[in-house]
Amino acid sequence: MKINNVILRTVTKLVVFIILTLAVYLFFAGHNSPGGGFIAGLVLASAFVLLFIVYDMETIKNAIPLDFKKIAALGAFLAVGTGFGAFLFDVPFLTQAFDYFQVPFFGEIELTTVTIFEAGVTLAVVGVVVTIILSISEDV
Amino acid sequence: MTNLIVLPMALPIIIGIILIFLRPYIKTQRAITVIGLLTTIGISGYILQSVYTDGIMRLDFGGWQPPFGILFVADSFSAILVLVATIVTLICTIYAFSSIGREMENMYFYSFVNFLLAGVNGSFLTGDIFNLYVNFEIMLLASYVLIVLGGKKMQLRESIKYVVINIISSWFFLVGIAYLYAQLGTLNMAHISQLISESGQTPLLTITSLVFLVVFALKSGLLLYFWLPGSYSAPPTAVAALFGGLLTKVGIYSMIRVFTLIFYHETQITHLAIGILAGATLIAGSIGAVAYKDIRQIVAYNVIIAVGFILVGLAVMTQEAFEGSIYYLMHDMIAKSLLFLLAGTMITVTGEKRFDNMSGLIRNYPAFGWMFFIVMLSLAGVPPLSGFIGKVLVGQGAIEAGSFILLALAFISSIFVLYSLLRIFLNSFWGETIISFEDEIPLRKGWMVSFGLLTILMFVLGLGAEYFAPYVADAAYTLMNPQVYIDAVLND
Repeated sequence: MKINNVILRTVTKLVVFIILTLAVYLFFAGHNSPGGGFIAGLVLASAFVLLFIVYDMETIKNAIPLDFKKIAALGAFLAVGTGFGAFLFDVPFLTQAFDYFQVPFFGEIELTTVTIFEAGVTLAVVGVVVTIILSISEDV
Repeated sequence: MTNLIVLPMALPIIIGIILIFLRPYIKTQRAITVIGLLTTIGISGYILQSVYTDGIMRLDFGGWQPPFGILFVADSFSAILVLVATIVTLICTIYAFSSIGREMENMYFYSFVNFLLAGVNGSFLTGDIFNLYVNFEIMLLASYVLIVLGGKKMQLRESIKYVVINIISSWFFLVGIAYLYAQLGTLNMAHISQLISESGQTPLLTITSLVFLVVFALKSGLLLYFWLPGSYSAPPTAVAALFGGLLTKVGIYSMIRVFTLIFYHETQITHLAIGILAGATLIAGSIGAVAYKDIRQIVAYNVIIAVGFILVGLAVMTQEAFEGSIYYLMHDMIAKSLLFLLAGTMITVTGEKRFDNMSGLIRNYPAFGWMFFIVMLSLAGVPPLSGFIGKVLVGQGAIEAGSFILLALAFISSIFVLYSLLRIFLNSFWGETIISFEDEIPLRKGWMVSFGLLTILMFVLGLGAEYFAPYVADAAYTLMNPQVYIDAVLND
């Protein structure tokens, strides 16, 4: 079935970037205010799903040649891996650390290990959600 | 180092994740799984030893002090179960190497075995009741995948029942936790226990405890076992053995933990209920075990009888009875896995599911036949095998507490176990040989290795009962005296 939906395609091209920006915003906002890795992951996944719906699966799979199962695994690996970092410093498992750094142009910014953990969560959520939706759609 | 006690859960998880990236390399996957499990066994053994020498260990995740953060607590009871569960997983995995087939190995089989073990070990080690729920879910999600992997018609049918019943019981679990949190405002098990002992176990709390009783009864198959025989006969042999060895035991562990640490004030309600349920489970399980001719059904009903037997120990609440229950838990994890492996292998080599269609197997596979005989004796509680010491101690505890009905039911059920398995043995191992030597499917080396290892473990546990006694006594002492656990968590 081939639907030539010009309006939807044109809008999607724009909207996907807005969604992706929102996802990045939510990801960093999550550190001290509402947002976070899980939400960012869901929003990111919704961008991918929108692309899969509007264009056909072949096109998107060619454009984004990623195995989403592996992305989920990579995310889980990052998240658990930050926990294992605790072994190196002899502190309790999953301990977080943060510090303030002077960076040219941006000024003082806060860098934390939680961000790595959250990045893992994001990847895991994206991977799992897209995998679920793709396998359901393949089934029908 | 306190971080050590997270490893029995974290190591299988990280290995399971790494295996996803190694999907095409089956040999590497097998090697990494074995190395990872051996390491976990070593670590669990070390944890058990250090808990025995230095007392209960705890790990506050992220450095958050209890009762505010999530924590892992390793006492002797947890450490013993973690050790045995990991050993059983290793042996079932060895069996899976030569039985599960390339197709399933390629579908992340070893990853999910590792995740299953992570959930099981996490449930044993956690000291936070919501974290217990999370670990249950990790274990169950892995088990959903393992039960359906292969996609045969029967597996799909049984897995729907299995998933639905577990989602419902998990929902009840969540509701119970919510009730508890609403009344006490904490999720740390030691803190809950302390608050209840200060303010008394109000009727509302007792009702909440009954919600937990229903949840764990569903998970462990205590009377609410209607889903169990079907689900445990659907998956491939290696997976069925893992399920039979581990899954119900997590339910039993949680029940023992919750009703010794938290709800131990109104024993005339809660423990009476557990006693009645255990008695009814023993009766119904015994009837089920002799009612069927399908080997897998009989074996599954044997799991149910064991659940009833172990919880007799919880119902009578004495030091001896707990020691007996712990010995029997260790024994049952090993013996039930072996029984499931043997039963599954019998079905593989004969192609028949009913024991009256098999005959004369002992001529084809003598060592195999005698191992079945040994596991049968062990489950019936014949000394010097591993089932004996547990049965004696549970019996002793029941006599001390004066629960003669439970005592009688527990020992009569042993006779039913013996009868149900003896029937299989007499019918399918003795008599005319039906498999000619030319058509005989040879038993793979991996199968014999895993049977052999489990049989040896049964002898080790039976003959070395004296060696394990101090650890078991320590575990039972902590169960009898919740203050020990609370002090280790809160007042350290």
